Amino acid sequence: MKKTLWRRIIMAGLRGFYRNRTVSLSSIFILTITLSIVTSFYLSRAIFDYTLDQIREKVDVRVYFTVDATPEQVTDIEAKLRGLTQVKTVTYTSKEAALEEFKKKHEGDQLTLQALDELGSNPFGASLSIVAKDTSQYEAVAQQLSVGSGLLGDAAGAVDKINYYQLKDSIDKLNNIIGWTNTVGFWLSMLFILMSCMIVYNTIRLAIFVYRDEIAVMKLVGASNMFIRGPFVVEAILYALTATIIVLALFFPATVWLTKKTVFFFEGMNIHSYYTSHFFELAAMLLISGTLLAVVSSLLAVRKYLKV
Amino acid sequence: MLYFDRVSKEYDNGNKVLDTISLTIHKGELVSVVGHSGAGKTTLIKLLLAEEHPTEGVVSFNSDDIHNLRGNDMTNYRRKIGVVFQDFRLIPNKTAYENVAFAMEAAGKHDDDIREDVPHVMDLVDLKDKMSHFPHQLSGGEQQRVAIARAIINRPEIIIADEPTGNLDPLNTYDIVQILKKINDLGTTVILTTHNKGIVDNLGRRVITMEDGRITRDQKSGKFTM
Repeated sequence: MKKTLWRRIIMAGLRGFYRNRTVSLSSIFILTITLSIVTSFYLSRAIFDYTLDQIREKVDVRVYFTVDATPEQVTDIEAKLRGLTQVKTVTYTSKEAALEEFKKKHEGDQLTLQALDELGSNPFGASLSIVAKDTSQYEAVAQQLSVGSGLLGDAAGAVDKINYYQLKDSIDKLNNIIGWTNTVGFWLSMLFILMSCMIVYNTIRLAIFVYRDEIAVMKLVGASNMFIRGPFVVEAILYALTATIIVLALFFPATVWLTKKTVFFFEGMNIHSYYTSHFFELAAMLLISGTLLAVVSSLLAVRKYLKV
Repeated sequence: MLYFDRVSKEYDNGNKVLDTISLTIHKGELVSVVGHSGAGKTTLIKLLLAEEHPTEGVVSFNSDDIHNLRGNDMTNYRRKIGVVFQDFRLIPNKTAYENVAFAMEAAGKHDDDIREDVPHVMDLVDLKDKMSHFPHQLSGGEQQRVAIARAIINRPEIIIADEPTGNLDPLNTYDIVQILKKINDLGTTVILTTHNKGIVDNLGRRVITMEDGRITRDQKSGKFTM
C-alpha cells in the first residue's frame, strides 16, 4: 500500500512538473539564479582563500646567525623549532648559500661584487626561515626565540638577529585583514543565505498560491495531507535538480573563460581546475541546499492551504 | 444519519447567517434545500463539509460531532461524502479520467479497481469518450458530469450538491438532475441546494425552505414556495 502511495505521489509530481510548465520554468529560473550566486560565492571564496594563502606563504620570520655560529648550533635550533606546534616549515640557508644568493641578486652590480671580493671572507651568516601554520602564531614563535625563553639555550649568542620585530607591523596588519575579511565574509554569507531563502520561498509560495483552490478541493474529496503535499515536494525536488544541472553546465564554460582572463591576476590560480576538482562537492552542495530550500518552501506554502 | 442540533453561525462582523437550526436527514433521502441568496443554504453545506465551524450547536454524522473530527478521522468522514459544486471545482491540470481517479487514489483504492471503476462511472455520466479531455476542453454540463462522477466514484453515503445546475442550460440541468435522482434511487442520500423551481417541483421529494438563516418550511413531499 505504501509503495502504491509513493508511486502515485511521484507520478503526480512528475505530471504536475510537466503540465504546469510555466510555473515550473519560473521556479527553476529563480532557483538557477540563486544557485548561480551560491556558486559564484563558493568560487570567490576559493579565490580569496588562495590569494590569502599566497600572501601568508610570503610572510616568514628569519633567524640570522652570526658568522661564527657553528653548524651544530644552527641544526640544534632548527630541530627545536621544528618541534614547535605553531611552526609549519623551517628552511635552512647555509652561509655559502646566502653568499651565492647575494651574488646572484647583484649579478650586474660590479661595484658591490668588487667590494665583496675585497672583504676576502664570507660576511654572511647562516639563517633559518620559519613559516608558521597561521600568521597569528608568529608572535608566539618570536617569543620562543627571545633570549631567556629556553629554546635558544646556550646558543643564544650565536643568533645575530630575528627579523620578526621589523615585520611585526605588517604581520599585525595582515592578521587584522584576515580576521576582518573572515567576519565580513561570514555575515555576508549569512545575509546572502537568508536573502536566497526568502526569494525562493516567495517564488514557490506564489507558484503554490495558484493551486490553493485545488488543494481545498483535494481536501474535500478526502485526500490526506501527505497525498496532497507529496506531489508538490516531488516538483520542488525536480526544480532543484534541474536548476543544479543548469548551474553546473553554465559554470563549466564560464570558469574556462574566467581562467583565461584571470590566470595572471590571481598568481597561478586556475579557477576552472578548481571547479573541476571540486565538481562533485559543489554539485552535492547545490543539490542539497537547492532541494532543502525548495522542499521546505513548498511544505510551508502548502501548509497554509491545508487548513480546510 | 445527519443531525443539526440548534446550530447557529455568526461571522466576526456580526452577520448571523444561520440561526438555531435543528434538522435531521435520514439515510436514503433526497432533500432539496431552497431559499433566496443569503438565506444560509451554502453555509449549511459548508458546515456539513466542515469547511466552517458553527458558533453554537452541534452537527453530527451518525454519532460523531463532525467538527470535533481531526486528522484521519476527518479524512475518512470526507470520503463518505461526495460533493458537487456549482463551479465544478475540477483540478484543471488533470484530465477528466484523472480527476475522477484522484478521489479513488486519495482513498487508497487498488489500481485494478481504479482502472475498472472510472470508465464505468464515466460511462454512467455519458462521458466515456471524453475521459482524456482536460476540464477546459469540456462544456459546463460535461464538467459538472465529471464532478458528479468524482463525487460518486467512492460510493459515498451522502452526495451534497451545492447549486449543481446554477451554471447550466435547461438541457444539461435536466441531465444532472436525472443523474442525481438515479444515484438516490440506488440508495445514496442526496442533499441538493437550488434556486430552480422546476427541479424541485419535478422531484417531488422532501423540501426544506430557508429564509434569513432559519428553516421556515420542511415538507416531506414539497414544492418550491417562497
